[in-house]
Amino acid sequence: MLSRTADNLYWLARYVERAETAARLLDVGARISLLPSSHGYRSEWDSLLRASGTADGFAKKYGDPVQRNLESWLFFDRDNPSSVASCMTAARENGRIVRTALTTQMWDVLNTAFQDIRTMERSPRSEMALSRLTEWTMRQASLLRGAMEATHLRNDGYDFLNLGFYLERADNTARLLDVKYYVLLPSLDFVGSGIDNYQWTTLLRAMSAHRAFHWAYGGEVTAAKIAHFLILNPQMPRSLITCIEGANAHLDRLSRGYRRRTGAQDEGRAMLAGLAELRVEDVFEEGLHEFLTRFIREVAGLGGAVHDCYLSGDVR
Amino acid sequence: MTATFNEMFDGGEVRVPYARLDAWMREMPAELRQMKQAEAEQLFRRIGITFAVYGEGGDPDRLIPFDMFPRVFSGAEWARLERGIKQRARALNAFLVDIYGRGEIVRAGRIPAALVYRNEAYEKAVAGFLPPKGVYSHIVGIDLVRTGPDDFFVLEDNCRTPSGVSYMLENREIMMRMFPDLFRENRIQPVDTYPELLRRTLASVAPARCEGEPKVVILTPGHFNSAYYEHSFLADLMGVELVEGQDLFVEGDRVWARTTEGPKRVDVIYRRIDDAFLDPLCFRPDSMLGVPGLMDVYRSGGVSICSAPGAGVADDKAVYTFVPEMVRFYLGEDPILKNVPTWQCGRSDELKYVLEHLPELVVKEVHGSGGYGMLVGPKCTAAEVEAFRARILDDPANYIAQPTLALSAVPTFVESGVAPRHVDLRPYCLVGERIELVPGGLTRVALREGSLVVNSSQGGGVKDTWVLAE
Repeated sequence: MLSRTADNLYWLARYVERAETAARLLDVGARISLLPSSHGYRSEWDSLLRASGTADGFAKKYGDPVQRNLESWLFFDRDNPSSVASCMTAARENGRIVRTALTTQMWDVLNTAFQDIRTMERSPRSEMALSRLTEWTMRQASLLRGAMEATHLRNDGYDFLNLGFYLERADNTARLLDVKYYVLLPSLDFVGSGIDNYQWTTLLRAMSAHRAFHWAYGGEVTAAKIAHFLILNPQMPRSLITCIEGANAHLDRLSRGYRRRTGAQDEGRAMLAGLAELRVEDVFEEGLHEFLTRFIREVAGLGGAVHDCYLSGDVR
Repeated sequence: MTATFNEMFDGGEVRVPYARLDAWMREMPAELRQMKQAEAEQLFRRIGITFAVYGEGGDPDRLIPFDMFPRVFSGAEWARLERGIKQRARALNAFLVDIYGRGEIVRAGRIPAALVYRNEAYEKAVAGFLPPKGVYSHIVGIDLVRTGPDDFFVLEDNCRTPSGVSYMLENREIMMRMFPDLFRENRIQPVDTYPELLRRTLASVAPARCEGEPKVVILTPGHFNSAYYEHSFLADLMGVELVEGQDLFVEGDRVWARTTEGPKRVDVIYRRIDDAFLDPLCFRPDSMLGVPGLMDVYRSGGVSICSAPGAGVADDKAVYTFVPEMVRFYLGEDPILKNVPTWQCGRSDELKYVLEHLPELVVKEVHGSGGYGMLVGPKCTAAEVEAFRARILDDPANYIAQPTLALSAVPTFVESGVAPRHVDLRPYCLVGERIELVPGGLTRVALREGSLVVNSSQGGGVKDTWVLAE
């Protein structure tokens, strides 16, 4: 497969996953802000922007974090490269470039979503509840993944799509978890309090994992259980370990198909081995935020290795 | 201008090829028609068959209007057209081989040397080079208009990279999806063999030293190009890779594609970019679209380029005048398809005639395309004619003139029901080891009443084109 084609497939998947995260962030923010809080309305949304990595851009354009502006920024704004509209447009553009490497069903999802966004952009905002926007986004992502699972050849293109999904999801789960860190940081007194639990629960809801958590753990919601769930539980589809396992599975398929092992496989395995040995106590000892920051950096490193070994076109 | 030939109704009678469409047209309720039209548009948009019109603002993904009323040829009508088209495609290729070789036609005084060798499209870089199988133009798009039951004229030849074939294929797909009954009642010859024929044609001109199955690719300028949809569509249907210049590189005496598994050799490049952009080392040094060193590999027989660099000289509007002469000179046959009489404004006696008869004539730029920068005398105001006169006088050699032909008309769905609209036809002739023509082509229709300009950039639409089995 052409390196450029592989690159487009990989980014197509990353953008769709990223759009979904933008929607999830909006959902978390809206729910957290419904709760009275001692450190005020502002910091709640602020933490969210910081987690999405777009706080500076927002401040420059809008100044104060008012909910309506946040909705604009995270959903519609083309100046925000991580907004839902930007990501879905970029995904569709990547798809358009590699139409031949996508099934009709997958293209149909991307193209229809793009037309939908254009319609939404023209509709009055008062007619669009936030929940409708976030649900729409998650539905598009599900449709694309469903179309891929049902129709895409299990070839190398499928592996690059999945690598995109898994690496982006690993990064995004870490970022969503980090929102919680930002919210809590000002005062450790809240740990274990009612507010604390409410915030953890909201985070679970935003990852569509609220009920799954209760199935898996039951009983009291604690920080340790949640950290275990989102970082180390291989049953949880968005957990960090699941994502890295998934990325490794597709890297292995590639090395088998191409009969060649590259630095990307080595990096993937090293990351997975690190997670497999990790205990939740280790995470808290290192500091959740510190751990997540390191993890996000390592995911970026693995993405870089995939780029160098397959996507750059300089493969020899 | 004489009376318009209506391809369906001849003096009140329905012509035979259209016999079954008469009832179909009369029995279709207006609501159903609107519903089907909306459905067709939705299909085009969902599939993503759009073209980009630059510099006009608005929706960059525009649809070419699709008219559901098909255009029909009988088997006998087509058989004659087919002979004429293949004949012309052979002559054009013989001409190209000749002028990059010994130049017999020039030496014989049948075409002026300056017109050939000083033509902008003449590529000195390939003089003396014979492409595999002696083919320069592998896809010849010949634009035809009709003025009577047996009268067809060639408006122009397209020897480089004629576009639009994806519409021929998609129009048919969509018609079959929407009106399956029509296809049961009429015996319509299929066109969907085109991509496979194109792939075979391209593979048949692989370089002599290519071993095994030739690796064919389509070279596109990229996804911002207005015809990108067509490039990816053809790549998909042929099962070949769609590449950009940056995906290819030259090493040793071969061309390679950058893949996830390392370099893969490329044997045949169906390029959809102009000569000037193919190789920055040979042509435009600022080209970002091409592949440095490509021409050296090409000239040493390491890769085939389709159409071959330099093919454009055969479809120049001034060279056009001499195509019937080419048919006689190379094939020793009488031309089956007629040329439209053409005046070269670069010649003073012909310029004089043109200027005297401007309100009756169509005037075009020699290198123009897309229906831009042309004058349709009878459709213009006196002031417009005068403005154009000044432009011609400014640079006469840049213009040719032709009589305004009474383009045939085909019933077309319009606001008020069904009305005749003027059409042309572009069939796509494939030239490789063999010469092939699928029974069909792209019919373009001028949707505005009375308009003779069928270009999509100027309010033209497209129709499905049927050839009936005998």
